[in-house]
Amino acid sequence: MTGGAPPADRPLDLAAALAESGVDELLATLDAELVGLAPVKRRIREIAALLLVEKLRLQVGLSAGPPSLHMSFTGNPGTGKTTIALRMAEILHRLRYVRKGHLVAVTRDDLVGQFIGHTAPRTKEVVKRAMGGVLFIDEAYFLYRPENERDYGQEAMEILLQVMENDRDDLVVILAGYKDRMDRFFASNPGMSSRIAHHVDFPDYGQDELYAIAGLMLEKMQYRLSDDARTALGEYIERRRARPSFANARSIRNALDRARLRHADRLFGAAGEPLSREALMTIEASDIRASRVFSEAAATAEESTP
Amino acid sequence: MRLTQGTFSFLPDLSDDQISNQIEYCLENGWAVSVEYTDDPHPRNTYWEMFGNPMFDLRDAAGVMKEVSAARTTFPNHYIKVNAFDATRGVESLRLSFIVNRPDPEPGFGLVRQEVDGRAIRYTIRAYATDQPEGERYQ
Repeated sequence: MTGGAPPADRPLDLAAALAESGVDELLATLDAELVGLAPVKRRIREIAALLLVEKLRLQVGLSAGPPSLHMSFTGNPGTGKTTIALRMAEILHRLRYVRKGHLVAVTRDDLVGQFIGHTAPRTKEVVKRAMGGVLFIDEAYFLYRPENERDYGQEAMEILLQVMENDRDDLVVILAGYKDRMDRFFASNPGMSSRIAHHVDFPDYGQDELYAIAGLMLEKMQYRLSDDARTALGEYIERRRARPSFANARSIRNALDRARLRHADRLFGAAGEPLSREALMTIEASDIRASRVFSEAAATAEESTP
Repeated sequence: MRLTQGTFSFLPDLSDDQISNQIEYCLENGWAVSVEYTDDPHPRNTYWEMFGNPMFDLRDAAGVMKEVSAARTTFPNHYIKVNAFDATRGVESLRLSFIVNRPDPEPGFGLVRQEVDGRAIRYTIRAYATDQPEGERYQ
């Protein structure tokens, strides 16, 4: 009998590899700290699985080369694109896909120069800084300005394309922006679109999700809501969502910031009385109901019922 | 004659992996790394030509290695060195500098004697390579 099976036939322990990589833990914190975003989380899980399996395949001598992980994040304002990008750097670092796991966030300003010959060194410098990590280009569609054919954005994009192709193992490029504009951007730059393996769309949050987000934010800021304030916040979110300038989680954060302002003002107004720890923490319904969203809604309601 | 300037110059030439590890060490310490080249090997030639700007805020050696290989393609027959500058207050100088590319062959230096003040003699050295004008040495 021969001693031991050839390495190709030894069963591989996927569970052990999973435990060792700490991916489970990472996905769990992702689930706990980020509300909703089901398609995004699913995609992250898929990528994690792919990288793990790739590692196992490598152990038995199968190799398909490192997968391309450039991504584009599209979605409405405040849907968590930047937050996820930050997490992505950490996740890819845990999975040992990128070596350092830092995120370099840039916009058009950082890449495109102001005169001829300025753009290439600028872009290359940014790319060099991002090596070993993730290059996050926010509002990437500004790179391409079709109305000006001498715009230097084109040059920056050419360098980026080259880097995305040749230095795949050194950095991951993530483009982010609003859905419609990104679609137009990709339509006019097919080269860019085809080099990006993962197009992830961030859905808008629902009422309950926004409420949960508000809860998480308050917890982080060490505030709590009184029972009345809870109902008020629910109503506030409902009304705020119907307004045109609604920006998902960002609007919620702004609303909470304004509620904190009113909370502080209320405590100031009641000066003289001794303040308890409880009072410093608790946001009352009046702090939320004083919002413009409520007064305007009341005004329009009055107008419509003469 | 092998030019011995900077760190590691008495060792055999570093491989790319070794260079990359040295750069990694520099970056871990927060030093700014730059690439310089020259074709004048005289030891008193302190200021070599810069190949691009010094690189700040890098986290990974891959960025510098790209620059090194670009320098090697542009100047295959020049001396190229990698410098690491420590900007800490009170230090503000190079911490590490080593040659990553050298021409082949290196002709070395000749001794020059100058008669001065009667029979006194002054000695100096001169690189054979600098007989040729800049850019035409080490063809």
